[in-house]
Amino acid sequence: MSEYVIEMLNISKEFPGVKANDDITLQLKKGEIHALLGENGAGKSTLMSVLFGLYQPDAGIIKKNGEVVRIDSPNDATALKIGMVHQHFMLVEVFTVLDNIILGAEQSHMGFLKKDAARKKVLDLSEKYGMRVDPDALIEDISVGMQQRVEILKMLYRDNEILILDEPTAVLTPQEIDELIAIMRSFAAEGKSILFITHKLNEIMLAADRCTVLRKGKLIGTVDIANTSKEELSRMMVGRDISFRVEKGPFKPGNVVLEVDGLSVPSRVHKKNAVSDVSFSVREGEIVCIAGIEGNGQTEFVAALTGLEKASAGSITLNGCDISHASIRARSCAGMSHIPEDRHKHGLVLDYTLAENLVLQRYWQEEFQFRGFIRRDSVRKYAKRLIEQYDVRSGQGPETIARSMSGGNQQKAIVAREIDKESKLLVAVQPTRGLDVGAIEYIHRQIVLQRDAGKAVLLVSLELDEVMNLSDRILVMYEGRVVGEFDPKQTTVEELGLYMAGAGRKGENTAGRADA
Amino acid sequence: MKDFFRRRGTISLLGSLLSILAGLLLGFVLLLVFNPSHALSGLSNMLFTGLRDMSKLGKVLYTAAPLLMTGLSVGFAFKTGLFNIGASGQYTMGSFFALVAGIQFQLPWYVAVLLGMVGGAVWGAIPGIFKAFFNVNEVITAIMFNWIGLFAVNLSLNNMPMMIASYWGAVTKERTAKLADANPAAILPKLGLTESLGNYMNIGFFVAILSAVVIWIILSKTTFGYELKACGYNRSASLYAGINDKRNIILSMTIAGALSGIGGAIYYLSGTAQFTIVKSLLTMGFNGIPVALLASSNPVATIFSALFVSYIQVGGDMLQPEFAKEIIDIIIAAIIYLSAFALLVQGVIAKVLMNRRKNCAPAAREEDDRC
Ligand SMILES: Nc1ncnc2c1ncn2[C@@H]1O[C@H](COP(=O)(O)OP(=O)(O)OP(=O)(O)O)[C@@H](O)[C@H]1O
Ligand SMILES: [Mg+2]
Repeated sequence: MSEYVIEMLNISKEFPGVKANDDITLQLKKGEIHALLGENGAGKSTLMSVLFGLYQPDAGIIKKNGEVVRIDSPNDATALKIGMVHQHFMLVEVFTVLDNIILGAEQSHMGFLKKDAARKKVLDLSEKYGMRVDPDALIEDISVGMQQRVEILKMLYRDNEILILDEPTAVLTPQEIDELIAIMRSFAAEGKSILFITHKLNEIMLAADRCTVLRKGKLIGTVDIANTSKEELSRMMVGRDISFRVEKGPFKPGNVVLEVDGLSVPSRVHKKNAVSDVSFSVREGEIVCIAGIEGNGQTEFVAALTGLEKASAGSITLNGCDISHASIRARSCAGMSHIPEDRHKHGLVLDYTLAENLVLQRYWQEEFQFRGFIRRDSVRKYAKRLIEQYDVRSGQGPETIARSMSGGNQQKAIVAREIDKESKLLVAVQPTRGLDVGAIEYIHRQIVLQRDAGKAVLLVSLELDEVMNLSDRILVMYEGRVVGEFDPKQTTVEELGLYMAGAGRKGENTAGRADA
Repeated sequence: MKDFFRRRGTISLLGSLLSILAGLLLGFVLLLVFNPSHALSGLSNMLFTGLRDMSKLGKVLYTAAPLLMTGLSVGFAFKTGLFNIGASGQYTMGSFFALVAGIQFQLPWYVAVLLGMVGGAVWGAIPGIFKAFFNVNEVITAIMFNWIGLFAVNLSLNNMPMMIASYWGAVTKERTAKLADANPAAILPKLGLTESLGNYMNIGFFVAILSAVVIWIILSKTTFGYELKACGYNRSASLYAGINDKRNIILSMTIAGALSGIGGAIYYLSGTAQFTIVKSLLTMGFNGIPVALLASSNPVATIFSALFVSYIQVGGDMLQPEFAKEIIDIIIAAIIYLSAFALLVQGVIAKVLMNRRKNCAPAAREEDDRC
């Protein structure tokens, strides 16, 4: 028997205008965690989709245990015990967790679903690996971390031996990432093999046995993690050294741009407020960061701030104007830019072209329309400039349908659009989610440039590294309240972590008051 | 690149033709089942009637006009993410308004068409308003308003003696007056086309084509169309972009209604059709659904799908009396149904071609080297 469970040999795959995979060979050992690294658009997801039967390669063969196999569809892949968690989850939002897990692998008796056995199996699996899920919760009501666990359980339910995880950690909190890595280790110890895509070099160093690096559709090489370093990996990936620190100009805050006073937002899932009584301000030339564990009201706060949802109490003032009840368009015109948390739900119209998406917030402006008619030429020209400036990579430039772009490049397009818009306040939620280290470096520099140019930046991030690197002031949010304010120069990741977990002194006080 | 597009073009054409062929084959089988001795002549009737003489072609164009309007109506709403199943009611309202304008108020045809448009628009706007402000599914409201529209019109006509044919000297009581008797100025101009294309021909078809072009321009060239499509593709993202989706839902349904309304107006202002008081919904509105689907809601493609459906219908009418009206409808439905599989078939063809190409990959590579 061959040393490898899966071999992808000389795989090539071309899309209109781009060779996504060019003669790539990847070999996966039994029981190993194999990382796949590469810039945004390097072809990682494409390669994995080929293995999962979603795309047919133009050339190349796939072997399992030394034998050539044909994988024409995900069903073939499942039959070969290959499972995949996609970069953007593929769950039915209005179904329960259990229904999603068994979907496509339902067992029935005389046409009726046999759910009891399925439920038992799911609960056993979730217990065995310590992945808590509520089988009866609806997908739309649970956090992304939980959705991720559902996706993984889906693979385990099908007894998959080869697990593909496409950027599983991009949407997770640091704690969840640690848990995931532990779970991956226990899978590997059982002899399952894992292919794991991530942009975070730390995770690769921590979890993986080997790493294959792609660049612009070509194979750069496969290395043993034991004999390599973060620096070498990033050099292999982008061809140059990456600086992980962000250079900032001196801190010179100006006038107050954003003033939030006593803002409360009702929750959609429970009766209490998701955000209660939040007050703070952001000044010109300042990056204020809201840190916190996912699900502590950040999402709802930003929704209320940007007008996507209604606040139940409190006021928002932007540049001296009260915008508490203004429409989204009015807030945008008053100088607010917003990089949304969910790029597929809010950030993009996936069936529009890249150019059309790049003017999503501005198509109605003088520059892009004349008497109600869209000025195609100016839209195209503008799109070309942004694409070039922000290095948004795609097959057909401005005409590319957004849906066909790689996840990281979709994100870059949104960031480009929002930063380039003339605004006084930039609200950035997880702006670098899913970006490669080179792109993160670039986006961070752009955000700092905005600050240095006197704009106010409100950053919401789950990544403590990003928080510590970028911000001038840190607000920690816990259970819908701001429980602490910190100066990044005088605090530590550990201290922030404590407050984020609700253990901070002030946090206890506020929590106590809420109960009373 | 050029090669690629050419191949895609051929695939989609091939797909459509194959599905139409399959539909006709099924139609033929059904003809055989119901009346074997007339099956062959029946098929040739279906296939060639529309081209047999110019007057039949005129009839195809005449029937295509309202079909095109309701097809546009359904397709336009669909682009905004709304399912306009209320085209029938809007069409009924359009017909009623146009006929009242023409007969009761003795207004000329262009005013009657405009009023028909208004009638349809109002009837389309109502489900839109319910959807926008109360989040009531437009399908439910539209279905109810189909019936409300139908019976409101029936009731009104029964109480408007001047509208009914008998007032103008005809014997029938259950249908509206002939425009030729009541108000010839309300009949759509025929532009002398009757000489060549028969009695049915009038400018209705051109009005419909013009509407298709206007809708195409709105959807693909204007900021309004950009907003509507954004709402249709991704409502959350359009919200995020500050697009007023309530306004757009109402506008979209209003325009969809207006299109159906024009459809009703141009059909009944032809001078050849009389509105009959019956208790069943007018099928013209529902036929707009397959017309729009066949064209993937593309306004320009809708012109061709409306022509196709109308062509089959005109051919189908020639099957009487050998075949019952209902059977003809079944056969037509089967043909249209299979034709809608065009997209599916395209996928299969593409896959087959791909596999073939993969198997002779070396040859293809040589070709690449040469150029
Ligand atoms: N279905 C598709 N149609 C056309 N082009 C595609 C399609 N899928 C991917 N591409 C193109 O192939 C290239 C590789 O995309 P892929 O999604 O594999 O990148 P990736 O390495 O996963 O990047 P990221 O880190 O951003 O997720 C990109 O240039 C993308 O635009
Ligand atoms: Mg990817």
